[in-house]
Amino acid sequence: MAAITTGAHAVAVHHEAHDDYAVQLRRNRLGLWLFFISEAFLFGGLLATRFYLWGNTRPELDQAIGLIVTSVLLLSSVSMRLAETAMEKGNRQLFSIFILLTAFFGLVFLGGVVIFEWGLVPALYKGHLTPWGDKYGAVVFAMTGMHALHVVSGIVFIFIIWNLARKGHFSPQRHWGVESCAIYWHYVDVVWIFFYPALYLIGNAVHLSH
Amino acid sequence: MQLTSLGLVRGIIGYFVGLVIGMAVVVISRLALGMSAWDQEAGWVGGIIFAMIGFMWAVGSLTDWFKWTRGVETPFHHGPPVGKPAWTRYFSVDYNHKVIGIQYGVTGFLLLILGGSFALVFRAELADSGISFLQPGTYNTFLSMHAWVALASILLGVGGMANYLVPLMIGAEDMAFPRLNAFAYWINVPAIITLMISMLFGWDSGWTAYPPLSLRGPVGYQMVFWAIFGIGLSSILGSLNLIVTMLTMRPKGMTLFRMPIFCWAIFATSIIQLTATQLIGLAFLMLSFERSLGMPFFNPLYNALGENIGGQPLLFQHLFWFYSHPAVYVFVLPGLGVISELLPVFARKPLFGYRWIALSSLAIALVGFLVWGHHMFTSGYGEYLRVVFMISTLLVAVPTGVKFFSWLGTLWGGRLTFPTPMLFTLGAISVFLIGGLSGPILATAATDLFLHDSYFVVGHFHATIFGGFVFPFFAAIYYWYPKITGRMYNETLGKIHFWLMTPGFWVMSLAQMTAGTMGMRRRIADYDPALGVEPVHLLITIAGFVIAFSILLMIYNLFTSAEIGALAGNNPWRSRSPEWQIPSPVPEHSYARPITVVGEPYDYGLAGSTYVAMAGAGDD
Repeated sequence: MAAITTGAHAVAVHHEAHDDYAVQLRRNRLGLWLFFISEAFLFGGLLATRFYLWGNTRPELDQAIGLIVTSVLLLSSVSMRLAETAMEKGNRQLFSIFILLTAFFGLVFLGGVVIFEWGLVPALYKGHLTPWGDKYGAVVFAMTGMHALHVVSGIVFIFIIWNLARKGHFSPQRHWGVESCAIYWHYVDVVWIFFYPALYLIGNAVHLSH
Repeated sequence: MQLTSLGLVRGIIGYFVGLVIGMAVVVISRLALGMSAWDQEAGWVGGIIFAMIGFMWAVGSLTDWFKWTRGVETPFHHGPPVGKPAWTRYFSVDYNHKVIGIQYGVTGFLLLILGGSFALVFRAELADSGISFLQPGTYNTFLSMHAWVALASILLGVGGMANYLVPLMIGAEDMAFPRLNAFAYWINVPAIITLMISMLFGWDSGWTAYPPLSLRGPVGYQMVFWAIFGIGLSSILGSLNLIVTMLTMRPKGMTLFRMPIFCWAIFATSIIQLTATQLIGLAFLMLSFERSLGMPFFNPLYNALGENIGGQPLLFQHLFWFYSHPAVYVFVLPGLGVISELLPVFARKPLFGYRWIALSSLAIALVGFLVWGHHMFTSGYGEYLRVVFMISTLLVAVPTGVKFFSWLGTLWGGRLTFPTPMLFTLGAISVFLIGGLSGPILATAATDLFLHDSYFVVGHFHATIFGGFVFPFFAAIYYWYPKITGRMYNETLGKIHFWLMTPGFWVMSLAQMTAGTMGMRRRIADYDPALGVEPVHLLITIAGFVIAFSILLMIYNLFTSAEIGALAGNNPWRSRSPEWQIPSPVPEHSYARPITVVGEPYDYGLAGSTYVAMAGAGDD
């Protein structure tokens, strides 16, 4: 009798713990999406700045670089999705491979921004924009800078969950850390989908004389 | 007990250590890049960023999150810290929403006093014409500081009411994200320290910080930008937390339309804070970067051909007002919620038109996003925009009118009693009416062209804020004081406070508007006595000091009553709201058992109606 009672109690405790997780998961998801709504206004403000200052013009940027970094970032979303699926199926090894691949793509993207778009390493590539030169430089640096800050935080996030997974922290049922990191990464990716045409494609290219 | 065991003390040390480290990082980077060692703009920006992080790290607000990144579980500790006096929890990171609510509220109140004192200083200067003791530069700094300190006090006061009351009102154990809640409070403290440091250098544009003036003024601007960025971060994270709390933690039976009406006001407020705040953060960041790196967002820059290859000052005004107009609704909606919350209790009648009031808050919040251009009628933007923004602005009067009619409908035929909270509620309605009626005059482009930047605007704004925030905030403090402390305040002192402050404010507000129509410009240290505004200014100054004195009475009342006030009991106001059904002061775990909502919230005076069923200790 006692054993049965204990067993029933254990089941009840287990259910409660499970419910707690489900309840908190619902709150976490809502909170994360509210954060995205908030951030959309930040990125929206930057887009508004671009259209207010540039109108129907754009600077002459290196189209090859834009296309390459955009493709790399899109690829990183694919590998992030594969990593999350691997975690859902409990395949930790595959998860590790794909999550590190995502971080690698992210770093390549960052390298593209810092070395080529910004021209911060003149030995490798001579950039032709400066943040203080004119409205084109200012807006390009502001938009790519704010986006790059989010990519950096995403990469830090990736290394945190990679390390936690390595220590055996997530399970196919419980991996909010992985889920939130994946959604965040996709969100930062989607922001770039709006920034890329705004910077590289929309409007007539102008060459300003200073 | 060691002083450094207080989170606040550790945080302040962390702030200044961070400041030094940040400045050193900037100096070293500049030297590495072959530039001169010290640049005050870049140096201070780097210093402030590190100082804020240093504070948050040292105060202990990041500790649990760092543990999470290493996979360490962090169970909650409830109650006061072990081995320390109970009061110390108010000076350290604590996750209980009631402690955080008090932290917000008290900090907000202190800032209100500070911001008000700044106003008294320059009001004394304005009492007669001619420069008496404040030089114009110092005058400008005091005026600008008055604005931002007072606005910060309002944001913190709103945060205090929301954090303390919302979880209690919806019968929740705590907020949805307690650690985020603590972070959102504590980030205000380094921001306020930063704002205070700006006074050492001065800044002179008023709170709006319009470029190009704010790009050319002293380095104090940098501190203002980053301080407001920190306070804005608090707004965003706090409102996110409140929305999730209200959407996911209501008890059984409490549908959205059965929430206490104050929660609706906070919900509408939170929508604005969550989204629009990003725009002022962005605008101030851009100002900061334009100052320190020379990125031309707002300052025009002409090339040899005479083309503008730089920025546009008007862009700043758009970004700034996209937040700063809705922000006014952040300031007033919670107060209007307090009015709607208190009236039925003291009229012993159902709240008239509950759904209309709830939805009018939402309507004000949403229409508020479309009206920012009415601050720019004289800015030189496209003239056709004036009509658009005039119409959208006048639309705000519709949901606001709904609130006034609902309040009248609630009062009509009620069995009114007039303790201090009720007096302040009625005072709030009268003052908000002054603010409300002077609004359409400014919203109409034709009249605004004459009144823009005059003292009429000052009168309108202060009536709106006192009616929408200060009076309801005081009503809320008197009303919930017994719930927080367990004791009643002194009724006589409360009534003297009211009868000094309310007529004082009426005089001040109407005199400000009068001065404006007589041709007094705002934000100037001196004026021409030929305008005939000197007696009006003297009147405003006297009224200002009367208001300040009445608030001193309130502080004395609140301090002494906490010790000697009569025991209040659970429910001195005979309210139906859940927080009044539990002991005063509220225990550590507010509700011993989950509550159930079985009826409408405001059916006062209806026989046999119940709002909340409190589960007894016996039935699980």
